[in-house]
Amino acid sequence: MTMSHDAQAYNFAYLDEQTKRMIRRAILKSLAVPGYQVPFASREMPMPYGWGTGGVQVTAACLVPEDRLKVIDQGADDTTNAVSIRKFFARTAQVATTERTQEATLIQTRHRIPETPLTEGQILVYQVPIPEPLRFLEPRETETRKMHELEEYGLMHVKLYEDIARHGQIATSYAYPVKVEGRYVMDPSPIPKFDNPKLGQSPAIQLFGAGREQRIYALPPFTDVVSLDFDDYPFASSKAPHDCDLCGARQSYLDEVITDDRGGRMFVCSDTDFCASRQAQGKVGRLGVGQAEGAK
Amino acid sequence: MSAHTLSGGFADAPIQSARAFRALLEAMARPGTIHAVTGAQPPAPLSVAAGVALLTLCDGTTPLHLAGTSDRPEVRDWLAFHIGAPLVGPQEAALALGRWEDLAPVNRFRIGLPDYPDRSATLIVEMDRLTNHGPALTGPGIETATWLNLPETAAFQANRALFPLGFDTIFTCGDRIAALPRSTRVEAV
Amino acid sequence: MYVAVKGGERAIENAHQWLAEERRGDLSIPELTIPQIREQMKLAVNRVMAEGSLYDPDLAALAIKQARGDLIEAVFLIRAYRTTLPRFALSNPVDTGAMAMDRRISATFKDLPGGQVLGPTFDYTHRLLDFALMAEGEAPFAAALPSTQAGAEGDDAPPHVPHVTTFLDRDGLIETDPATDTTPPDLTREPLELPADRALRLQGITRGDEGFILSLAYSTQRGYGRTHAFVGELRIGRVAVEVDIPELGFAVEVGEVELTECETVNQFKGSKTEPPQFTRGYGLVFGQSERKSIAMSLVDRSLRWQELGEDFTGAPAQDEEFVLYHCDNIQATGFLEHIKLPHYVDFQAELELVRRLRAEAQAQAQQQEAAE
Repeated sequence: MTMSHDAQAYNFAYLDEQTKRMIRRAILKSLAVPGYQVPFASREMPMPYGWGTGGVQVTAACLVPEDRLKVIDQGADDTTNAVSIRKFFARTAQVATTERTQEATLIQTRHRIPETPLTEGQILVYQVPIPEPLRFLEPRETETRKMHELEEYGLMHVKLYEDIARHGQIATSYAYPVKVEGRYVMDPSPIPKFDNPKLGQSPAIQLFGAGREQRIYALPPFTDVVSLDFDDYPFASSKAPHDCDLCGARQSYLDEVITDDRGGRMFVCSDTDFCASRQAQGKVGRLGVGQAEGAK
Repeated sequence: MSAHTLSGGFADAPIQSARAFRALLEAMARPGTIHAVTGAQPPAPLSVAAGVALLTLCDGTTPLHLAGTSDRPEVRDWLAFHIGAPLVGPQEAALALGRWEDLAPVNRFRIGLPDYPDRSATLIVEMDRLTNHGPALTGPGIETATWLNLPETAAFQANRALFPLGFDTIFTCGDRIAALPRSTRVEAV
Repeated sequence: MYVAVKGGERAIENAHQWLAEERRGDLSIPELTIPQIREQMKLAVNRVMAEGSLYDPDLAALAIKQARGDLIEAVFLIRAYRTTLPRFALSNPVDTGAMAMDRRISATFKDLPGGQVLGPTFDYTHRLLDFALMAEGEAPFAAALPSTQAGAEGDDAPPHVPHVTTFLDRDGLIETDPATDTTPPDLTREPLELPADRALRLQGITRGDEGFILSLAYSTQRGYGRTHAFVGELRIGRVAVEVDIPELGFAVEVGEVELTECETVNQFKGSKTEPPQFTRGYGLVFGQSERKSIAMSLVDRSLRWQELGEDFTGAPAQDEEFVLYHCDNIQATGFLEHIKLPHYVDFQAELELVRRLRAEAQAQAQQQEAAE
């Protein structure tokens, strides 16, 4: 009983229609209650749990043939997992793909929000490993669900306050918890806290998919999103105190690259499209090369 | 079973439902915005948009309530053939369809549970007109304020007061849809 | 000059090509066929079917071949394939009483109606490497013995062999377990919700990782949620799968599946409302999966502490949230292995924070020194 299974044998965007309807209903509810994690019957995907199955299912439920899809991991289009997911949708949904943030209508991301401001008409889909912001303080789902119900977020404040007592500041640098519309505390996925200010009042739709944990949540456009903090210890976004060594950007999030075994290092934009666009405009950093030279 | 029962569904469901959902997604994410949809030809009195919404969201796993004039044999037959949703009373419905006056009183519909606010009904309200004139809407999805000709304001204000519980609403008129999630604040102008 | 690392796509293609070569191994050695795996690696095939939640020995054999013998990878292939399958119908509950048995043992009675049937078991084999299997020739084996001693030969339908627990049930010595027509929830179609009922727990455990369930069961034997289990009965064999056809008005047999069923008889002291009686643990697994089904019934029993009015001692095997959230090896391996993926953005954020904290601590120390 052998059967041939090429890409054509699968439905548009891989998932069957009933599964997509189930995910779509969950997405609409997630938009109606911003920041609340809607349970959904996540399906087994042909890629491992933890590698973006939640994001992939949300993307699959949202894609239309007219979309232009961008996939990034760590801000980069050419990281292996981003390449793999982009290829999956190019094959199963025959959608156009792009690396340009401005050109993309749907962006699936892991760990970053693009530097280029998002616009109306764009959807940003986050891959989420642990959707529950309280999970590391309380491992039981039955307990954390109750805490959300009763808006009992004291445990989170205690944790942040202990940070301050020990370190003099809040020692959370990524997956920094936020409060949405004054109601639900939400995990923004493991983005660096540098990206937190981009979450709120964005013109784009932001959807979060956690496959293994079976949760979908959302931020509609123009939603109030506040990073948790204290009056005397306000939230501060941070990044490495350098400029990009390739494009000279001063305000972009940087990756540190070790260049030799004698302590040599350089800092480059983690958003590869942002960096390449700046270099194409002739912007040059400390170690960058002019576009004429650098072109292959 | 009439000939019409078998027609009027999506001819190319994967693609048409994807486009329809995208319109629904935009509508729910940006309350008050009006979007055109295509692909369904449901029997009267259902609008094209209501048919599209049902084909996109509803199936054998979603109990559906038909209110008032929408509850007709032709509609039931069409739904049975294309969607297969169990027809139920308002209290058990995941989705409900009808004109506003037929759906009233809307406090019969599920508003979710305190620990599972997502388990609430979605009302599909058939309208004679859909325009951006009417009560003012503010809240998530809306940059400053927008307007929509809601059938009334008090019920939606009461619904907003239940947040994070409450029902969510999709308005349909001809081939156009708009939505009002429970998170939207409504003010008569 | 620095050139950013590019060419992820190329690297992936090359890696996959290499993988294909490695899977095949030495070309001078004949390639394994699917029937060979299906027939000669049957217990591996059974495990892949059980944890993959799909009964298809050929596809399970294919998955094992493609996964180079990595059974969790093979389970993953089957699960991913399974999700794409349409659901035509729900079968009626199978009747394990009417099982065509290859093996049937009870540890609680010396003899019993239906008899003890050892069947094809590793039990009582001496675990000595059989070098005859290594030599090219086949080791001698018994010519087709009747698979069961119990059944009347020549009969089409297997005889109905009552379950051991029914003997205890008749005397009221074991808790009753009435049959219900309630449709069980479907773990693969609905998100897991807690508290889970027994049907849902059993579903989770039967497709859970054999090693994980085994260790949990073992922990209960050593005292972490001890339930004093006896193997009331273990039976392995084939049962008919029937589907109701509404148009016909009766059920039609659509095939048969091999199952291993284990019922444990467990101690129970009795309570104010109920006289002392034994309690039950239950395991049912695709294929000949003896270890898994016994382990499953121990874990099932352990998870029933609440309905049986026992104390929660904090044992992992009593904790349904712990068990159900961690028993699935496809979820577990995916999340475990995802830490191979680049995490340098978050690591950079941590690096920046640690550097800043250290700089501040140093500045403070210097200030203090200067002040003193």
